[in-house]
Amino acid sequence: MREVNITQTLSQNKDFLKKLRKESGQNPGQCFQCMKCTGGCPFQFTMDYPPSQIMRMLQDGLVDQVLNSFTIWTCATCSTCTTRCPRDIDIAKLMDTLRVIAYHRGIAGKGRNMRVFHTTFMNSVKNNGRLYEIGLALGINLGTGNLMQDTDVGLPMFMKGKISILPHKIKGLNEIKKLYDYARKIGE
Amino acid sequence: MKVAYYPGCSLSGSAKELDISIKAISGPLGMELIEVPDWNCCGASSAHSTGHFLSFALPARNILKAESTGCQEFTAPCPACYVRTFLAQKQFNEEPEMKQHLENALGQKFGPSSIGIKNVIEVFMDKFTQNFVKKPLKGLRVVNYYGCALVKPPKIFRFFDDPENPKSLDKLMETCGAESIEWPYKTECCSASLCFTNQDATFKACRDILQVARDAGAHAIVVACTLCQSNLDMRQSQVNKKYRTNFNIPVIYFTQLMGLAMGIPADRLGLDKLFVDPKPLLRSLNLI
Repeated sequence: MREVNITQTLSQNKDFLKKLRKESGQNPGQCFQCMKCTGGCPFQFTMDYPPSQIMRMLQDGLVDQVLNSFTIWTCATCSTCTTRCPRDIDIAKLMDTLRVIAYHRGIAGKGRNMRVFHTTFMNSVKNNGRLYEIGLALGINLGTGNLMQDTDVGLPMFMKGKISILPHKIKGLNEIKKLYDYARKIGE
Repeated sequence: MKVAYYPGCSLSGSAKELDISIKAISGPLGMELIEVPDWNCCGASSAHSTGHFLSFALPARNILKAESTGCQEFTAPCPACYVRTFLAQKQFNEEPEMKQHLENALGQKFGPSSIGIKNVIEVFMDKFTQNFVKKPLKGLRVVNYYGCALVKPPKIFRFFDDPENPKSLDKLMETCGAESIEWPYKTECCSASLCFTNQDATFKACRDILQVARDAGAHAIVVACTLCQSNLDMRQSQVNKKYRTNFNIPVIYFTQLMGLAMGIPADRLGLDKLFVDPKPLLRSLNLI
């Protein structure tokens, strides 16, 4: 592994780490590397860095690597880590916050599919007030280029009456618009 | 007793049978469900991945609508909706800054929120006793699968059950007369939030859960979560294809089995909407 000058990385990323602590309400500095989070994480096998290593990287100020990791996108927010952490760190909440920050910085990388998913999802809710399941599935397939994904279950779902062809629009769409406009106004 | 009912997006689509079966059993159990007027999506799980305000404001709007019904309790069957709504109420009452943002956005002032946010298991758990069981589910051996969102993380939510070894569904199923088998995957995550974006992870998680359920000797998997259900049921054929397995395990909502035990006819419980047909199993045990 390459050498890292921690004094340097920490001073360079001081403001970011402060913002992360404030937004998440969590202090990664509390982690003492017991690795219970990693041991219990059901998706560690698909991550580039296990959760305990993300904690250590934050302690060392390796912010760019963390924000560019696949881990923050493929965390399923199941909160097994949070439940078991003996230092009471809400690790899932930290992952959430990191994902929000990466999302707003436009960092996609290995989490490209997840970006497409979240953007399509939020647009669907903005336009209808509720999630339009077919629209979401189509939007994801077009956005990711995986055109055939889940086409095998589409027809059976339709036959079972589990898919509505048209979206349901709620009456209070103007209120939803106000909420979205406000989110943009405060920089989210 | 009147309860504000928030079906959430999946109950009008991919989880219709949960909606159907909840409506079928709530009347006999003495509950009147009042649908939250003009409800919106709670935003799970994208709102909290893309920002803080909307992940709070979307469920907060639903809480305000629910309060307007005059009900004392609010229930959301989908655990993701439940968790987001519970958290939003906590922020509404405890984080003045967040509430201020909401008031600014909607141009209105709001008082504190007092409606009790409950999961649907919690609501039924209190009311369902042996007296309601007309047709015990004798001979049915099940594993109860809670998934992750229902019971975690316990330090933030005041959950009604143990986060590592929950028992509420087990007890409900025993009351129904079924046999609940102990198994180690009660709360293992099924990866539903990744089912569109990282399917390799999803298929592996589902394969593991199905395999452990089969090894435990279960006839069926009992679920409460809409996302777990569609993942384990609808995607069972995809798992079989990918791993060359031959799983054929019905994945049934606890409310459907409660309905059967209460003597409600199978055709009023949405059993035909499940992908893995539970009828041959139920017929072989003379339960339908």
